[in-house]
Amino acid sequence: MKRLALAGALALTLAGCGGDDESDEETQELTVSAASSLTEAFEAYGEETEIEERFSFAGSDDLAAQIREGAPVDVFAAANTSLPDALHEEGLVEEPTTFIANELVLTVPKDSPYAGRTAEEALRLMVDVVDPAPDFVIGAEGVPVGDYTREVLAKLPEGDEQAILGFVRSEEPDVKSIVAKLTTGAADAGFVYASDVDAAGGELVAIKLPAELQPVVEYGVAIVSDSDAPDEAQEFIDGLLDGAGRDALLDAGFLPPEGE
Amino acid sequence: MTIPIAAIFLEAGPAELWDALGEESTREALRLSLVTSVTALAIILVVGTPAAYLLATRDFRGRSVAMTLVELPLVLPPAVAGVGLLVALGPGGFIGGLIEDAGVQLVFQTAGVVVALTFVASPFYLRQAQAAFEGLDPRWLEASRTLGASEARTFARVAVPAAMPGLVTGGALAWGRALGEFGATLIFAGSFQGVTQTAPLAIANLIGTDLTGALALSAVLVAFSAALLASVKLTARGKGHGLAVG
Repeated sequence: MKRLALAGALALTLAGCGGDDESDEETQELTVSAASSLTEAFEAYGEETEIEERFSFAGSDDLAAQIREGAPVDVFAAANTSLPDALHEEGLVEEPTTFIANELVLTVPKDSPYAGRTAEEALRLMVDVVDPAPDFVIGAEGVPVGDYTREVLAKLPEGDEQAILGFVRSEEPDVKSIVAKLTTGAADAGFVYASDVDAAGGELVAIKLPAELQPVVEYGVAIVSDSDAPDEAQEFIDGLLDGAGRDALLDAGFLPPEGE
Repeated sequence: MTIPIAAIFLEAGPAELWDALGEESTREALRLSLVTSVTALAIILVVGTPAAYLLATRDFRGRSVAMTLVELPLVLPPAVAGVGLLVALGPGGFIGGLIEDAGVQLVFQTAGVVVALTFVASPFYLRQAQAAFEGLDPRWLEASRTLGASEARTFARVAVPAAMPGLVTGGALAWGRALGEFGATLIFAGSFQGVTQTAPLAIANLIGTDLTGALALSAVLVAFSAALLASVKLTARGKGHGLAVG
């Protein structure tokens, strides 16, 4: 009886292996590590491509750390250009390309008293009318959205910068976590990308930042040097620059990069 | 199984790890982890011990339903626990509105971390404690009552001391789970240095910018978990001895 069970288990294992081998031959899988803010656009793009992608969405800095530790990734797409550039200097990825841009916005829930105001008015109200102080959520330092946010705040008058930083209740590991704190009503305001507000399905309102506060938000993409599928990776990146990928990004609220 | 644990210590040298622990953010995270997990453990012990005793010794309607509900967080994904806590106890939640009116805020507060830890860790204690109470000889409890001791006195003077090894094991397991909590804390309480950023959250935060810092915090948690496990093994050994005397 025991022997029979063992034989059965072995047969199952072999059958399992056979199945895996077949699927490997049919399509080469491409592993794409991408910034959280690219979630909706890349998933839509993935439906259009011939290649089979496996997406891993997280804060760009965490994805870079995984690549540094040798994670088997083919394409790295970050919400800034400095992380792909740094990995390129370390010899971990090929020459990066800037493929899309975005805007940082102040965002509040749709029923917020700050909705419908300009960024200057909203920030003025938050700083001057401190009761009740708004609960802010922003990205942690090192996460691109967190670094852009600090860049914006540093351009405010010193007192205002300190006041807003004093309202921060949580520093989140990626932009989708910020969105979640706002859509559930846990927080009153945050800084995210314009495309994330579009993706939140009407729950959030984007308050555009004035031109002098707006940081340059550009996304870099590169083929990971250790990739087993550099041709498919290049094909995937080509589609981001011109084709189904670019269309999906523009549909999701991203902007063409500067100079195009 | 031991490879990832060994790698934590091998990736960076001991001196580097020690230096990283000098950073204010890592020390704050460890302090916060200790305070919140000990508070959660205290709540679990005070409320959970009588609750486990009642579950073990009383037969009442809905007992099995109550036991299932109590054990549910054991198999619940932490992210689900976090979302559940947020929609129930958050500012927009049905209980959250009431406690907010009473002037209590949990989201983004240290108290919120304690709630999350208590929620996910309590079943680890309750299961062990209930089993320990069920394992007692009912004649002891009866003898105590026959001698005129009240129910509360029987519980405190007879049941708890006799079940002690099981209670200690359960407490250690719950403490370990509370120290390692990540998902429910991040989703429900958020992550802010010195307020809600416990050691596991600080590790996740540091990976991208300061891998050595993340490794140093990981090393401390490994050492602590190992110490907890060792103490559980020691009490388990002591348990056989205790019964022989009894």
